[in-house]
Amino acid sequence: MKILVPVKRVVDHNVKIRMKADGTGVDLANAKMSMNPFDEIAVEQAVRMKEAGEASEVVVISVGPAQAQEVLRTALAMGADRAILVQAEGRVEPLAVAKILQRVAQSEEAGMVILGKQAIDDDCNQTGQMLAALLGWGQATFASKVEMSGGSALVTREIDGGLQQIELSLPAVITADLRLNEPRYASLPNIMKAKKKPLVQQTPEDLGIDVAPRLNVLRVEEPAARASGIRVGSVAELLDKLKTEAAVI
Amino acid sequence: MAILLFADHDNASLSEHSARALSAALQIGAEVDILIAGQGAAPAAEAAAALTGVRRVLLAEDGSLSERLAEPTAALIVQLAGDYDTIVAPATSSGKNVLPRVAALLDVMQLSEVTEVVAPDTFKRPIYAGNAIEVVQSAEAVRVVTVRSASFSPAATGSAAAPIVAIQPATVPALSSFRQNLLSANDRPDLSSARIVVSGGRALGSKERFEATINPLADKLGAAVGASRAAVDAGYAANDFQVGQTGKVVAPDLYIACGISGAIQHLAGMKDSRIIVAINSDGEAPIFQVADYGIVGDIFDIVPEMERAL
Repeated sequence: MKILVPVKRVVDHNVKIRMKADGTGVDLANAKMSMNPFDEIAVEQAVRMKEAGEASEVVVISVGPAQAQEVLRTALAMGADRAILVQAEGRVEPLAVAKILQRVAQSEEAGMVILGKQAIDDDCNQTGQMLAALLGWGQATFASKVEMSGGSALVTREIDGGLQQIELSLPAVITADLRLNEPRYASLPNIMKAKKKPLVQQTPEDLGIDVAPRLNVLRVEEPAARASGIRVGSVAELLDKLKTEAAVI
Repeated sequence: MAILLFADHDNASLSEHSARALSAALQIGAEVDILIAGQGAAPAAEAAAALTGVRRVLLAEDGSLSERLAEPTAALIVQLAGDYDTIVAPATSSGKNVLPRVAALLDVMQLSEVTEVVAPDTFKRPIYAGNAIEVVQSAEAVRVVTVRSASFSPAATGSAAAPIVAIQPATVPALSSFRQNLLSANDRPDLSSARIVVSGGRALGSKERFEATINPLADKLGAAVGASRAAVDAGYAANDFQVGQTGKVVAPDLYIACGISGAIQHLAGMKDSRIIVAINSDGEAPIFQVADYGIVGDIFDIVPEMERAL
């Protein structure tokens, strides 16, 4: 079984982002960029499945600018076999990404697609579900455990009240939650080896997909700031403030 | 045209998220139908019908819908979509699972985790863990929207019940099957809608110390218990306790953060709380930047002292 793992290049999760002065978006010039953390978990899952003999090949794919090659190389260094960059500039929405992934999953004859449950930049949480819909495949979102059994996967999902186990017929789409695994650090020899692994480039036009955004972002605003608070010196003072000033207890 | 609200429920009862999503839907338009998809879900449908402002409740019952698995549930919503120009769901694990599948089947882009309705086609939604707010307009034929329930107050329960209409779901091939739910059992209020939340972080050090420190204060206050990602990853608390960018987003009247440093991913889940209290031994911890009241000290002294003094 071939596993396709889509990865997104996003601002690093430790970066405190800044707004552009003209309100058109977030200023990412010179910001440190990394692989979306949830996608890193997805890559780790696919590589572990290959190591366990449950997968034959791990193909990583990214839709984004030329620099997205860096996150693909990171995935290759973690153990993926080869990479595809679908080069697209600007904002590409989850629906367009899902359409691109649909074409590639079909042409690659992937048996499973594993990807992060959401990207930490647009926080959409849509691509995996959309891809499953377009492919007509089953889906298991927010996975914290994946066990293969014959032609199906037993997936434990993180849901609001706790955990849910579902059985998924293959092929299928799985989206990774935080506790699916702890991604490995690529070793230096593997980073060197990854430079020689195949990486092919395509464009959305090659695949016949229109990536023009459907939604119109009117502006991007600063969130409302909280008024600065005070330090209290004792529990008695804290409880007094909560009772009389804030009136919450 | 009308709005279809895909409700969050467990067949036996309607979750408060649905009443909150109804408030958002009513800001978009006046004609709101609530869809209850399930099995043995008449009690949830009756609770939905009692909410003020509901035009009709559509009750679709089938074994395949009992746990609202994504594939049959999305097919059902698509089957109904022709009568609506907006489809809304609360951004619960169920809404987030099902609605993007619906959007793709309708070939439209979804708007996720909306926190404000600016106009029927324009919404505000947080991006970058709430560090920026996007104002976004949709010209799609059908607007598919999930709403962050903490940003909307629950619709009231009215006197006149809306009519309940039975819907026959089309049969679709099963691509997944339900095995079991492993739900956290506790008698405390629901984390997402509690008036007071007491949360613990990595500083608690172990599951035993987490429970021995956080739970008595929560019980005294009638509060829900939350946790930071670090505490959940370390196994001190269950996954459904996690507050943050990728966990639950809460906005209680009072949020007490105990031994939580305040990573931006955690702040994203609680910074809209009305009053925030931070208790941390590190006076430089970022949690103090959002706290209304901060107290620097040992959580193992301060939290039990609060509990005794209440």
